[in-house]
Amino acid sequence: MVENHPGLSAGRHLILILGVIAISLPVWLAFVASTQDPDSFLSGRASLIPGRHLFENYALVLFRGADAASVPPVWHMMANSLVMALIIAAGKIAISILSAFAIVFFRFPFRTLVFWMIFVTLMLPVEVRIVPTFQVVADLGLLNSTAGLTLPVIASATATFLFRQFFLSVPKELVEAARIDGAGPMRFFRDILLPLSRTNIAALFVVMFIYGWNQYIWPFIVTTDVTHYTVVMGIKRLIAVPDADPMWHLVMATAILAMLPPVLVILAMQRLFVKGLVDSEK
Amino acid sequence: MSTGLPASARFRHRLLPYLLVAPQMAVTLVFFFWPSAQALRQSLLREDAFGLSSEFVGLENYRVLFADPRYLAAFGRTLVFCTLVAAFAIGIALILAAAANAVGRGGQTYKTLLIWPYAVAPVLAGALWFLMFNPTIGVIGASLNERGIAWNHYLDGGQAFALVVMASIWKQVSYNFVFFLAGLQAIPPSVIEAAAIDGAGPVRRFWTIVFPLLSPMAFFLLVVNLVYAFFDTFAVIHATTQGGPGGATETLVYKVFNDGFIGLDLGSSSAQSVILMIVVAALTVIQFGFVERKVSY
Repeated sequence: MVENHPGLSAGRHLILILGVIAISLPVWLAFVASTQDPDSFLSGRASLIPGRHLFENYALVLFRGADAASVPPVWHMMANSLVMALIIAAGKIAISILSAFAIVFFRFPFRTLVFWMIFVTLMLPVEVRIVPTFQVVADLGLLNSTAGLTLPVIASATATFLFRQFFLSVPKELVEAARIDGAGPMRFFRDILLPLSRTNIAALFVVMFIYGWNQYIWPFIVTTDVTHYTVVMGIKRLIAVPDADPMWHLVMATAILAMLPPVLVILAMQRLFVKGLVDSEK
Repeated sequence: MSTGLPASARFRHRLLPYLLVAPQMAVTLVFFFWPSAQALRQSLLREDAFGLSSEFVGLENYRVLFADPRYLAAFGRTLVFCTLVAAFAIGIALILAAAANAVGRGGQTYKTLLIWPYAVAPVLAGALWFLMFNPTIGVIGASLNERGIAWNHYLDGGQAFALVVMASIWKQVSYNFVFFLAGLQAIPPSVIEAAAIDGAGPVRRFWTIVFPLLSPMAFFLLVVNLVYAFFDTFAVIHATTQGGPGGATETLVYKVFNDGFIGLDLGSSSAQSVILMIVVAALTVIQFGFVERKVSY
């Protein structure tokens, strides 16, 4: 048997508790800051325990917005974020599952070329080509539009890669059986492949939703009109108020609200999330 | 690349496969290849200050870049930055995952408490750490100053760099933790028990059994973490230090953005984009060769 030394076990718990504290501390302090009144930041060091302005501060940023920074109310930015995240997640999954299906289950000329053209994008996010992508989107007249906000982010192969790996693990006998039974490719896709992929789709959706929600630099440059601001990029506008210190209590209230939906998604769907993340490596 | 399925398990259809790949090919062509080609083209041109005319200058933009001490400094800084972030994010995650895997009951609770920062956007991580270390109001920053350790990341480049590194590590640990824990849980307990019966202690078991079994995953995480440190941490820097003070936190990606959008030097920014793409494409090829070797159905 593996030894069960009490000291060893206590040491492990100590490491984990320190880890949890280090992970949680910045968020706790942000939450504390979001409950203070503005004057408390003038009088020196921030507090470690929450203040009394929780509802006041959150109501202010949610429904009125921090006026000085000229950003829209947070609920509006969160609605924009939600739409963007859902379109990015759904869009990525829709185009990826189709192209992975074609690449794995068909023989066709230029298949290898198509494969490489898609997979070369695997690790090249929009940041690397941000200036020319901005020019292209501007040329297409897509600035300040949902399409301009989401399409360049959708153009990457991460989801395609995952579906390809999964499809390769589907027993080839299933395909042969479908062919012998006279089922066409789309029938096979709909009746066999999609049901088999259900968990993968859900897991990927969780990961892609978080990825979409947390987009920062692309929304930042492509939305010049405040009505299209998303909440994650809105933080930058709040921090960078001209000629003044940031209103930390409002910045942090916004930050807490901005991280709440994706954190809740992870906590509520932990199993799917872990699957979606780890499967992309297989 | 592996061809995957045998011919008998593949459909033949003249038009359908092209229709299926069309949506992805369309967005890839318009939003990846077109901008990439533009970057390549503009990297060979020099525009006048008003963007009215441009002339072909060959590799001049690249030559200027590699003769520019600021660019070379950003290159070196990015390497240091990526190495620090990847090493600490992987190391800390491995320690936490090994501990969480070994505690048995309670491991699940720790897991829940440790994985959620994955959902926190890098820009928010940056804002949180920036406040925590604020020299006058931050809980840690102000304490350091009260204890006579001068902390001011607004003025001290080294401290600003350290802050950005810490925020980036904080955000990435949970990702690595999820992978390591999954990897550890996949190791059969019987192997560990056999080694324990043979008298190998916990440390010896870790280095001779667990670590070799985890090393393929660690390699995968190394590449992913390097790419994360390359790109995702842009948000941390952009929202907090903006490359400063005095360029102390200016990384390669930040410079692409800054020279392109703020400096409006399209030739140089494009050349930097092309260099970055080559670096990351090289990493991808290494990574991909590795994944393909592992998946050998």
